[in-house]
Amino acid sequence: MLNVQALACVRGDRLLFKNVNFALKAGELLYARGENGSGKSSLLRILSGLLQPEQGLVTWLDEDILQEADAYRASLLYIGHLNALKDDLSAIENLRVAASLVGHRHDEATLLAALQAVGLAPFADVQIRKLSQGQKRRISLARMWLSKAKLWLLDEPFAALDNASIAVVANRIGEHLATGGMVVLTTHQDVDIQAASFHEVRLSA
Amino acid sequence: MSSALLSIWRRDVLLAFRRRSDVSTTLFFFVIVVSLFPLGGNPEPAMLRNLAPTVLWVAALLAGMLSLTWLFAADYNDGTLEQMVIAPQSLTLLVLGKVFAHWLIYGLPVVLLAPVLGMQYALTNESLWILTVSLLLGTPALSLVGAIVAGLTLGTRGNGLLLSLLALPLYIPVLIFGAGAVVASQVGISAEPYLSLLGAFSLLALVLAPWATAAALRIAVE
Repeated sequence: MLNVQALACVRGDRLLFKNVNFALKAGELLYARGENGSGKSSLLRILSGLLQPEQGLVTWLDEDILQEADAYRASLLYIGHLNALKDDLSAIENLRVAASLVGHRHDEATLLAALQAVGLAPFADVQIRKLSQGQKRRISLARMWLSKAKLWLLDEPFAALDNASIAVVANRIGEHLATGGMVVLTTHQDVDIQAASFHEVRLSA
Repeated sequence: MSSALLSIWRRDVLLAFRRRSDVSTTLFFFVIVVSLFPLGGNPEPAMLRNLAPTVLWVAALLAGMLSLTWLFAADYNDGTLEQMVIAPQSLTLLVLGKVFAHWLIYGLPVVLLAPVLGMQYALTNESLWILTVSLLLGTPALSLVGAIVAGLTLGTRGNGLLLSLLALPLYIPVLIFGAGAVVASQVGISAEPYLSLLGAFSLLALVLAPWATAAALRIAVE
């Protein structure tokens, strides 16, 4: 469903990677691997449509994602390095706004359940600025419990998380894959994710 | 589609409410700048009346600009802007929601404060009325045009100053028609042509600016 052909990425004057090819089908997981600065985040940004590739083509259901952007975006969940949370809003308000951006409206119970899943239900009405880095990350990741998107692009989802939370998030990724979802993931940790089939792409210039 | 516009509008108004001090700083700036002139200059009513249109309008431009720096910068820094760009919603509409919130938070209070502050300048009732209407018609254009510049300067170093340098020249037509309307009412000619042009400028900005801003934001998040 997601097809990547001969992708190359240049940032500034530097070629980060070239000739990246892969195809991802329902239920499959892709690990993007490489050293720091090898372009893992840039690959995810290209896949999300934020960044235009220097060369190559990304297609979703055989349509160029830059041409048929609306259909693609509706089936996309991108969680980047930045948490996309507002310090002055509470956890539950943040989730509500994030859901409305992708056109969903959830009731209080659904939002609370998502916070419950990441173990932060007691903090639902606390302003984000009073929480720790790891807690903020978990609230950002709680979007995975609200999302109806088919393709998840997760940039270092396990960074700043404790072991218990890593297991919870890995579990959710496994669940998504088991129900026919697709995940592209960058991580430096060895995390056990239940996937029927997974690919790996190693980035280098 | 429009529910995303509404929810981003509601979010920005809520955020402004949570950060009331930031909002009131800008409005106090407007009040103080306008109040300095009668104190520092010649207090002759005729003199003040001549100064009034320019001072009130320039102060409105400056206050609007102070608030523009944060229009997109906060969303840019915390990653919300990325999510807005890749959302399956029209970015133009989301921008419109944000700009409308900006006008409601910073523009509308300036419009409401202006007639009160205008009394310091011995303006007649008619002139005060024209001043308020001109600001009501002109301040949306300030928010809309300012948004383009805020989008373009996003992520550049020292963007506050750059933003002022780029935005102020673009505000000149609004200043000319806005202050011109008040002057016209003072010299006894009809202010209507000025107000019509001001309204036309705002409408044009309403059509073009959100779209241009969206394009600028797409470049900024790359």
